[in-house]
This record gives sequence, structure tokens and C-alpha cells, in this order.
Amino acid sequence: MQLDEFFVTGEPLIYGGMVSIVLVTSAIIFLLTYLKRWGWLWREWLTTVDHKKIGIMYILSALAMLFRGGVDALMMRVQLAFPNMNFLNSQHYNEIFTTHGTVMIIFMAMPFLVGLMNIIVPLQIGARDFAFPFVNAVSFWSFFFGAMLFNISFVIGGSPDAGWTSYTPLAGAALSPGPGQNFYLMGLQLAGIGTLATGINLMVTILKMRAPGMKMFDMPIFTWSTLVTSFIIIFAFPILTVALALLTIDRIFGSQFFTLTGEGMPMMWANLFWMWGHPEVYIVILPAFGIFSEIIATFARKQLFGYKAMVWSMILIAGLSFLVWVHHFFTMGAGALVNSVFSVSTMLIAVPTGVKIFNWLATLYKSRIQMTTAMMWSLAFIPSFVIGGVTGVMLGMAAADYQFHNSYFLIAHFHYVLIAGTVFACFAGLVYWYPKMFGHKLNERIGKHSFWWFLIGFHVCFFPQYFVGLDGMPRRVFAILPEWMPLNVISTVGAFGMGVGFVIFVYNIYYSYRYSKREEKGDAWDGRTLEWATPTPVPFYNFATLPEINGRDAFLSMKKNNETTFDEERLEPIHMPSNTGQPIIMMAILAFASFALVFEWIGLAVIGLIGTLIMMGIRSFDYDDGYHVEVDEIKKIERSARGL
Amino acid sequence: MKHMTKNKWFSFFLIGAVMLLSGCNQLVVFDPKGPVAQSQKDLIMYSLIFMMIIVVVVFVLFAFMVYKFRDRPNRKSSDYDPDIHGNTMIEIIWTVIPLAIVIALSIPTVQTIYDLEKPSAEGTDEEPLVIYATSADWKWFFSYPEQNIETVNYLHIPTGRDIEFRLSSADSMAALWIPALGGQKYNMAGMETVLYLQADEPGVYDGRNSNFNGEGFAKQTFKVHAESKEQFEDWVQSIQIEKPALTQEQYDTLLEPGLTNTMAFSSTHLQWVDHGTNEGRDYSIERHEDAYGKLLHLENINKSNQPQEVGE
Repeated sequence: MQLDEFFVTGEPLIYGGMVSIVLVTSAIIFLLTYLKRWGWLWREWLTTVDHKKIGIMYILSALAMLFRGGVDALMMRVQLAFPNMNFLNSQHYNEIFTTHGTVMIIFMAMPFLVGLMNIIVPLQIGARDFAFPFVNAVSFWSFFFGAMLFNISFVIGGSPDAGWTSYTPLAGAALSPGPGQNFYLMGLQLAGIGTLATGINLMVTILKMRAPGMKMFDMPIFTWSTLVTSFIIIFAFPILTVALALLTIDRIFGSQFFTLTGEGMPMMWANLFWMWGHPEVYIVILPAFGIFSEIIATFARKQLFGYKAMVWSMILIAGLSFLVWVHHFFTMGAGALVNSVFSVSTMLIAVPTGVKIFNWLATLYKSRIQMTTAMMWSLAFIPSFVIGGVTGVMLGMAAADYQFHNSYFLIAHFHYVLIAGTVFACFAGLVYWYPKMFGHKLNERIGKHSFWWFLIGFHVCFFPQYFVGLDGMPRRVFAILPEWMPLNVISTVGAFGMGVGFVIFVYNIYYSYRYSKREEKGDAWDGRTLEWATPTPVPFYNFATLPEINGRDAFLSMKKNNETTFDEERLEPIHMPSNTGQPIIMMAILAFASFALVFEWIGLAVIGLIGTLIMMGIRSFDYDDGYHVEVDEIKKIERSARGL
Repeated sequence: MKHMTKNKWFSFFLIGAVMLLSGCNQLVVFDPKGPVAQSQKDLIMYSLIFMMIIVVVVFVLFAFMVYKFRDRPNRKSSDYDPDIHGNTMIEIIWTVIPLAIVIALSIPTVQTIYDLEKPSAEGTDEEPLVIYATSADWKWFFSYPEQNIETVNYLHIPTGRDIEFRLSSADSMAALWIPALGGQKYNMAGMETVLYLQADEPGVYDGRNSNFNGEGFAKQTFKVHAESKEQFEDWVQSIQIEKPALTQEQYDTLLEPGLTNTMAFSSTHLQWVDHGTNEGRDYSIERHEDAYGKLLHLENINKSNQPQEVGE
């Protein structure tokens, strides 16, 4: 292979990307060396098994991916603003909308939420870590290397260009030769291992490691949403794993599962993809519901209305999410009966979702709403999501969907639910739990600026797209007709508004790091749930003594009874897992094998796989059982953290 | 002064609303030119009424709650009750109402789904006009087996008669969409889907492939010329007389991935391959295996890329 086949050549924008990658990497290496921080990086972060640190790494990576996916989005909006734009050619545009979709769903939305779950769920249930801390680290590194592998494609080998759905036969070896689609397959496969393992890990953690006395229906609602999500992950992700594996074997070893030649079944891909893909959208929306519920209850200063209805509606949504996948391709001609059944099952999801909306509104009734930034994101979610929801019901009506399908009406709908749902929740959750993670709040004034820019930009960007869709503009075209121009110009302006909002948000992180008042107590917002019972910064073992729980809003009743999670009488040595470099090394080797497989260098891939197996063997015979934190040390840490 | 600004904003809002609503009438989906698009528009309008009601109810409730219960000094203490945990009666009500709405939406939806699977004039003497619409990267072949003619990237149809499109693809999956006449359906290699459409008014309508299928996707468009029965027959005759027959060699060349101008022939490709059958599914892949990896380097403003209208 020639070097100019290996690197992508000929695109000025991509050369720019290469230069900035080199500059940023060298800057990081220089800073780490200059500040003598290599050892610190390795000991404190790369080898950590602490759920809080892993969560922070998830969120940082997700923010970087949000930036990447956002730049993709802005480039698309520039190209679509005017009918005779020539900013991107067709091929480049196709690559960009493919990576935008994949990055945002797989490498932004999910890791952001998993990051928040990582940090908060063990704290909410009074646990000292995940059930399997080592596996948690493996999960993170598999996601991280999967994301890196996928992202490197635009400078090495070429980006995938068949859409984030990667439909066959287009994505098969015959119609899309070259490494592009392999990057998609291997990147998702690698990250998928981590997601599946996280799902199992969270499920076991929540089921087995709750503080004494905490019944299932006493759990905070975010923990409930995480539990339901972990069940969806466990049932949905194996489908994706199998589908990706089959398509990989098709492309690299010449089998015929999804090909046009040799009696393959290309349409089976669409079915398998959406049997995972539809549950996937609930994987990213249910935790968002959980986050909003926590924030709304906290800043309404009132307990959540209809807690049990909220939980059952989530369980119902999770169940229904597996029964609606055909609505992604009503137009495949499966027949009137099939379309009717899936139409009705799709619309039924609106019922539990509607119940949740009304419950949030009822939580606000007779409340005392404090307009903090986190609360504003959560409140803005309600009306915005309702617009996305009702248009979702319209899309569920198959006969009407024949006109909406593949059009900007659909684009507007899913951005309305995914941005107003998931992205608002990520921002809200980050702002809300920020003091718990970093020991200071984000600046409220700057936060509100960022909120208004993003919210208004979002509506200006996506509301016109409903109309341009009804005017017949299909998704994924790189050139627009003149009659679609006015709405598209508005849309592009909105997109840049969102961009400004994001930049202000990131600036706020820097500003607050410099100037925000440091938290002295752990309870930044006068919270209701157990995570606020820990001191800030949270000691690595979380809880010095595990609290006895009887009822919901555990911390609220602890505060009433003047109790804390530090009871000197009851202190015992705490058993903690040791840090280990095995997860990052194991996943780095697996990433190497995946990279080799992308270019179909079978020899190297086999070497990498053997390396991974050896690492697994080493792990299997690793008898490190961790260590104990002694009572004296706990006392010292707690006393200084609590200012006693 | 403050009053002035308020008025200004209100008039802005009014003008905006008027522009938006007047724009709605020109949106192609809301301006149907045939019975299929009409029934879909009716269904959408019906659902929109429910959606507007839901949106208005939620927005009003939301505005009320946020305004009334915001934290401010001097609020009555009777207005604040942090221990309300639920109310079975009201929760049942707001479960049943959405359920009723779903039922109200499901009935016409299912009816329309079944209606669209058959020609609108079913039961009468007039048989639908059969047109095989075949997608190939990135062009359209329209074969009229009865008339024994074939067109590329444009088609003529008579008004007031059902058209039975038999959809298939020579390679990637596409979707035939003529929004003015009705919704889309997928074209897939190795299988045949049927889409019934009909034009009531004469006119030229935009049609396209709406399902992404690679580099030339945005340019895979065509014009539909709907005209009276007599004009349509004249047109058929002129094609039969003036245009050459399609040879297999020429057809195979046309199948090669790329863009093509409009064309017409006095015979169809169905005589040697029907891509909608299992035997025809790999016809194009077998012949052009190496061509699918080549880039067109398709730019936006490049007139030579635009299919030219010929053979009206």
C-alpha cells in the first residue's frame, strides 16, 4: 500500500484537520513533559478503577466528541444554506453526515450519559464502587479506543460514507469498497463491547449493592432510569454485535449475508440494525428522563409527583421499545397488516411518555421553582420535547409516514427529541452534578447565556426543517433547490447560535475553574438524594459508613434527623480495589487488532487478537484482591473533608 | 416606551404567523395533485388537530406552572406543598386521554394504510397503467410494457388513471417519491414492491430517489409529466415511432454507476432482465463490479452534471 492511499489526500479541509491533530497532540505531549505530569497521568487517571474518575473521563471524551460532531453539523449547515454552495462536494458531504450521526449517538450521547451514571449511581444507592470496577475500566477504554479508531478515519483511509445506519447493499463490499465502512464496523464493535459490559455492570451494581434498607421502590429516579436502561442495553446490544460481525465477515472474508450476489439478504440488515437501533434511542432518552426528574424535584423543592407511575412508565417504554422497529422502514412494502400493527405499537409509546410529561408538570404544581441553570435546561426540555413527541406520533402513522419518511420532517423530529431530550439532559446533569464532581459550581450567569443561545438556536435551526421537509426536501442531499433556500438559511443561522451556546458552555468550565467559589460542604443544592450526603470532594471510598435507608429522598430525611454518612463509632476498614494498567493495555492491543482488520491486514490482526487473549489470561491469574483503608486514615480524611 | 416595544414584537409575531401559514399552502405535501396525496394530506391534517390541542394544553399548563409557582418573595404559604406525592384519579385521567387519542388516530391510519395498497379505481373497468420503475446508481428507468417503450430520468402519465408502479433496483436501495402525487416506497434489487399513484391535474411534478444511495444521490431526480389521455397517447406514439429500440449492449452501458441525461427508447429492458426478480438481482453488480468504487467527484454547480430535459 502506498502512503498516499493510506492518508486521505486532496481535501484542504482535511489537511487542516491533520495539522490541528498534530498541533494539539504535540501541545499535550509538551505540556505533560514540561509540567512533569506523565506519572500523575498514569497513576491517577489511566490506571484508575474509581467510578468517579472513569465517569469524568467519559464526560471529557463525550464533550470532545460533541465538538467534533458539532463541527460536522456546522459544515453541513453551511453547505445547505444556499442552492449553489460548493463548500463540500457530494462525497465529502456524505462522509460528514455519516460521521456526524455516528459520533453523536454512539460516541457522544451514550458516553455522556454513561459518564453521569458512573459518577452518580453508586453515590445515589450508597455503594462504594461498581460491582466490577475492573470491568468498568475495561468498558471505558474500549469506548475510548473505539471512538479514536472511528475518528481517525477522516485522515487515514477515508471516512465511512453510507450513513450512520450503514444500510446494505450500499455498505457492502461490492458498492462501498475500501476501508471507510470497516472503520464504522470496527469502531462500533469495539465501543459496543464496553457498552454491553457497562450495562451488565450497572445492572448488578444496582440490584446487589444498594445501601442497607433501600428497597427497589425507594431508589432515586435516576437510578431507576439507569436500571431500566441497563436492561435495554443487555437485550439490544447483542443484536448489534451480531449484525456488525456478520457485515464485517461479509466485507473482509467475502461471505454473503447481506450481499446482492449469492442469495444474500440486504434487507435483513435494516431489520437487525433497527432491532438494536430503536431500543438504542431509548437507551439515550430514559436516563435523560431520570436526570430531569431529579433536577425538577430538587429545584421545585418538592417531591416527584407520581413516583411509581414514573417508574412503571419507564418499564413500559422499555418493553415497547423492542416492538416498534419496523416504523423505521414502513416504506419497505411489508404489507398493510405489518404496517398497521407497528403503527399502533409505535403510537402506544406516546401514552407512557405523555404520563411522564404530565407528572413533571404536576411536580411543578404548588412548588417553589428556583431558576438555576440546571432547572432552566430541564424546564426548556418539557415544551421542546412535546413538539418532538407529537411529530413522532405523526411519523408513527404509517400512511402519513410515506410522505414524511426520508425527509427533513423526520430530521426535525429526531433532533427535537434527541437534542431537547438527551443533549439538554447532558448539559443539565453536568451543571447539576458539577459541584459534586469538581468541588465548585459552574458560573450561573454565564451558564444562562449559554442556555439561551443554545435553546433559541436550537428552535431556529430545527423548527423550519419540519416545513422544508413537507416541501419535499429529502435528508442527506448535499445540494438544495432554490425554493428551499429561505428556510435553510434560517436553519443555518440557528445552528451557529447553538455553536455559540456550546462555546460559552465550555468557556464557563474554564471560567468557573478559575473564579468559582469552592464548595465547603457536600450539599451544593440542598439536595434530596444520597449523592449529596457525601463530602466534597468525594473521598475515593464514597461513604465512610453506609447509611440505613427507609424511604425515598433518603438524604432529605437524614438531614431532618441530623444524621450523616460519617459515624465514628461504626467505622470499619474499607475494602477497595487496586489500580491497574491492564484495562488500558488490553484495549489498546484490541484497538490495534481492529485497526489492522480495517485495512484487512489479517496477519497483524491475528497478532493483536492473540495479544488480547494473553492479556485476558494474565488477568485471569491475577490474585490482587485489593487493599483495606484503615480506620485511622478514614477518620483523618473525613474530618478534614467535613471540617470537624 | 415599553408599551411600544411590546406592540412591535406582537406585530412581528403576527406577520411571522401569516407568512408561515400562507407558506403552508405552497408546501408540496399540502398541495396534493392526486387522490393518494390527498388522502395522506387529509390524514396529516386530521392528526395535526389532535397535535395542536396537545401542544396548546401542555404549553398553557407549563406556562401557568412556571409563572405561578416561581420562587418569589411574599408568596402565600398555602401555595407551597412539598409533600404532594400523587393523585390516583388525576393520573388515571391523563393516562386514559392519551390512550383515547391514540385510538382516534389509529382507526383512520389503519384504514388509509389498507386503502393505499390498492388502486383507487378498484372495482371499475379501467385497469391501472403498469410502469416498471427501476433505480440504478444514479438514474431511473421507466418501462411501459404495454406500450413497449422505455424512458430514462423522466416519465409521462395520463391524468385520472391509476398508475401501478412496479419498483425495483439494479443495485443499491432507492425510494421512488413524487410528493405531489403521494408517498414513497423502496426500490430493492431482487424484489418487487408495488406503489399506486394517480394524478388528477395535468402538470409537471418533481420526482426523486429519496433514499440515500451514494455519491450521485442528490442528482437522482426526474420530472413527471401528467397530461390528458389523448396527449399521453400522442406522446407514446411519437416515442414508438421516433426513438430507437434499446439494445442490451446500450442498456448495460447505461447501468454503469454515474449520471445520465433523459432518454427514450421504443422497447424495454424487461425483455432480458427484470431486476425485481431473484435472477435479476446481481445483473448490474456482475457487469460493473469495478465501477462502484470510482468517485464521480460530484460538485454542486457543474452544469454538465445536470440531467438535460430532452425528448418531451
